[in-house]
Amino acid sequence: MEEGAVYSQHVAQSADAWAIIHEKFGDAISAFDPNETMPFFEVLDLSQWQKIALFMRDHPKLKFNYMACLSGVDYPAEEKVGIVCNLESLGVLNHRIAVKLKCARTGGSIPSVACVWHTANWHEREAYDMYGMTFTGHPDMRRILCPDDWEGFPLLKDYKVQESYHGVKVPY
Amino acid sequence: MGLLDASISRHNVLVTSVDNVLNWARLSSLWPMGFGLACCAIEMMATNASNYDLERFGIFPRSSPRQSDLMIVAGTVTMKMAERVVKLYEQMPEPRYVLSMGSCSNCGGPYWEHGYHVLKGVDRIIPVDVYVPGCPPRPESLIGGLMKVQELIRMEQIGISRADALKKLAEKSVDPGMVIRRERKVAGA
Repeated sequence: MEEGAVYSQHVAQSADAWAIIHEKFGDAISAFDPNETMPFFEVLDLSQWQKIALFMRDHPKLKFNYMACLSGVDYPAEEKVGIVCNLESLGVLNHRIAVKLKCARTGGSIPSVACVWHTANWHEREAYDMYGMTFTGHPDMRRILCPDDWEGFPLLKDYKVQESYHGVKVPY
Repeated sequence: MGLLDASISRHNVLVTSVDNVLNWARLSSLWPMGFGLACCAIEMMATNASNYDLERFGIFPRSSPRQSDLMIVAGTVTMKMAERVVKLYEQMPEPRYVLSMGSCSNCGGPYWEHGYHVLKGVDRIIPVDVYVPGCPPRPESLIGGLMKVQELIRMEQIGISRADALKKLAEKSVDPGMVIRRERKVAGA
């Protein structure tokens, strides 16, 4: 966080929250990005993610008790895929922040936070279904929307749909 | 050409062919299976409800494929759902009819190119008798489609196949544009 920068009220709240996490985890997380739409930071050390998530949920000054969304993102230029977690402190401190995580594009994995926010259970399955990263420690790591024996991960930028599924032609 | 158009003699005796009786019975109690897949199903339910009142045609949704004569495929058929649709179709007793309602089940609709998960037309997995275009079709269109199914049933005879009945129906087809123009003229529009 830049010293002396002037943020709008909700970004300033997020910046304060980031400072508390940064104090505890140091270089495991990136610098704060004061994006006006959704302020965020990135978790650089993926192995710390579960601890960070628990800390964010339980710390009395953070209380991120609500996972509003977990989305997947494809970064083909960086050869990575990632997730964005939108977290809020609903009805307690009323601040919010987004957390980004990236892993290798093929065979990458990210620690699961389904045990921290139950919302993450299905959302992580969806991210896996669409982008192919696995979530270590997830209680039920299966596809959620596509059939179990579907080939490929449909939301990757270079996805090519399969020719047939169980003998039925797929493309138009 | 309903059954009751035939003249009834003084002793309430009606002389007609077996085909006529069977077809009349079938087309006057066309029971569709009560299942919908997407937004078309909302329109189908509206058609079943009091404003459009499908029951006046004897069309009444059943909750089991085993009691149904007609499958209205109302909505987007995903690849995952496709196998279930086939299973339901196979559970229906013959003679069975299939009406494909809306662009999605006709040909994939808006998902035709980028919808990796959508079956591009339900006719890839089950034989379709009548297609109703629209996204979604209005209740009037659906009723039009259902009346087309009734016409198809009228074409049936003992000993002729469904394909022959469809051929007969196609030969009897009327250009709807002509009818619309005529009706407009009558109405003075």
